[in-house]
Amino acid sequence: MTVTVRLFAVYAEKFGKSQIDLEMVGDATVADVVSALSGYDGASSLPPSPLAAVNCVYATPLTRVNDGDEVALIPPVAGG
Amino acid sequence: MNRAAIVTGPLDVNRLTRETTLDSCGAIAVFLGIVRAANDGRAVTGIEYSSYDAMAQREMTTILDEATERFGIEAGVIEHRIGELAVGDASIAVVVAHAHRGHAMDALRYVIDETKKRAPVWKLEHYVDGTREWVNAGSHA
Repeated sequence: MTVTVRLFAVYAEKFGKSQIDLEMVGDATVADVVSALSGYDGASSLPPSPLAAVNCVYATPLTRVNDGDEVALIPPVAGG
Repeated sequence: MNRAAIVTGPLDVNRLTRETTLDSCGAIAVFLGIVRAANDGRAVTGIEYSSYDAMAQREMTTILDEATERFGIEAGVIEHRIGELAVGDASIAVVVAHAHRGHAMDALRYVIDETKKRAPVWKLEHYVDGTREWVNAGSHA
């Protein structure tokens, strides 16, 4: 299955891109998606369990991901 | 009615207060966030705001709906501006309407505090010395 990883702010800057499409095996979780990024430049900028969202809803490392999902890694927010 | 949006142009408070004016509401409370000239002792020239637009709009709408549930506001609007803002520009406007002022002001505080904690929006501050820095980037919880 394919999931789309969205990167923002400092993460996008460190990775040098704002989106990565990943091929994952079934029954993958958010934590698996984060692990799958380990080979990319910029991955060292991520904490062990970065805040994440699946399809625009905050998720946990154990949240399951499905084919076509959008997994966003959320750097510490600073709105307002 | 509640509405939240990420916008790229200047915020128009008068339009937002008109949008939340209801015959049943005797109070409209307004918060404006303004880019200030210094942060943590460093002179700031401006801030570049970015967001995860779809999620930010969804999260801010949820926060307004929570304010309806908790405080009974009858209308609420959040507009968060992104892009390059200068010192003195308004970056966010929150407007809530309630029958009475106490609940309006309590709701306003709740909405802006939760928005700052939860909305996926980021600031890249630019400083007078030519450097720039992501705000909160080192504060992984």
